[in-house]
Amino acid sequence: MLKEFKADLHIHTCLSPCGDLKMSPKAIVEEAEKKGLDIIGVCDHNSAENIKVAIKVASGTKVNILAGMEVTSAEEAHLVALFDGPEQALELQDIVYANLLPGENDESIFGYQVVVNELDEVEDLNKRLLIGATTLTLDKSVEIIHSLGGLAIASHIDKESFSIIGQLGVIPEGLELDALEISPHMNREEAKTKFSQYSDYPLISSSDAHFLEDIGKKSTVFLLKEAKIGEIRKAFGNVEGRRILS
Amino acid sequence: MKLKELVEKLDLEVKSASGNLETEVTGGYVSDLLSDVMANCKKGDIWVTLQIHPNIAAVGTLKELAGIIINNSREPEEETLKKAEGEALPILISKLPAFELVGRMYELGISGLR
Repeated sequence: MLKEFKADLHIHTCLSPCGDLKMSPKAIVEEAEKKGLDIIGVCDHNSAENIKVAIKVASGTKVNILAGMEVTSAEEAHLVALFDGPEQALELQDIVYANLLPGENDESIFGYQVVVNELDEVEDLNKRLLIGATTLTLDKSVEIIHSLGGLAIASHIDKESFSIIGQLGVIPEGLELDALEISPHMNREEAKTKFSQYSDYPLISSSDAHFLEDIGKKSTVFLLKEAKIGEIRKAFGNVEGRRILS
Repeated sequence: MKLKELVEKLDLEVKSASGNLETEVTGGYVSDLLSDVMANCKKGDIWVTLQIHPNIAAVGTLKELAGIIINNSREPEEETLKKAEGEALPILISKLPAFELVGRMYELGISGLR
């Protein structure tokens, strides 16, 4: 039995240096419920340290969490990785940390990187330079994400900064992206026209929210059996009735 | 000025299309955003960048550039060189940081304005 799932697959928490401090996993899940979202992707820059808490606070609610990360490739392009569970996201985190540019976060410049618990209490301040890039090329990043069973989605391709198209002019041939993401600045119809040469890739809309009020600002409605990566992959391929509705 | 003279005067390492250095360099551009290069670079320009991705060869060919200089001794990806070789597009490496490299090219008479 297929159902409609309203999904916002790209949301930051207070762990991202640029994420608002009010973006605790608990507040995000509450806001997602309020906005009628069925699936959210929790994606911090180069880290997944708030994932487990997000999954914990979402249990018992109607919000399903996909464990994600927004990886900064060596080309300084952003790539959303999404997984079913925290284990895979944390495995990706190990690889990303081993390939992250060295240096310590300066909170007065980039912002706090807050790891919280389910009660919104600060557990730790991440001191890594999460704002920086990794030394993983796009090709390599996609390969790693796929090897861990995840989806690799090009972030906000309509934006000039930190998008694959902004950094590299065009999407490299042969890059095995699962989908392309459009930011809230552009609607799907505009995107289909502007990026018609990439019509082979599925298009999704996400909020890329850094503030609570932006959660669900743009979303993608899927027809799926359940809120799982495998189902979304089928929807991207228009397989067995699974598809993107809007 | 011919690309060949630039190679000699700036001690550039030629990584691809070494047989295609007779091209006249008619201007210069510096950018690490390929979308920006596609919008603003002109035919005959020498392009200075830190990007090493194969797409630089595609953009360089598309814009009919005289060549691409990668600064700070960064090594282009293998695929980048393969593509550039196939398109007879010279890719050169400079040990210098971009600011210094561009300053020296400007002194040699290469301008960013037409």
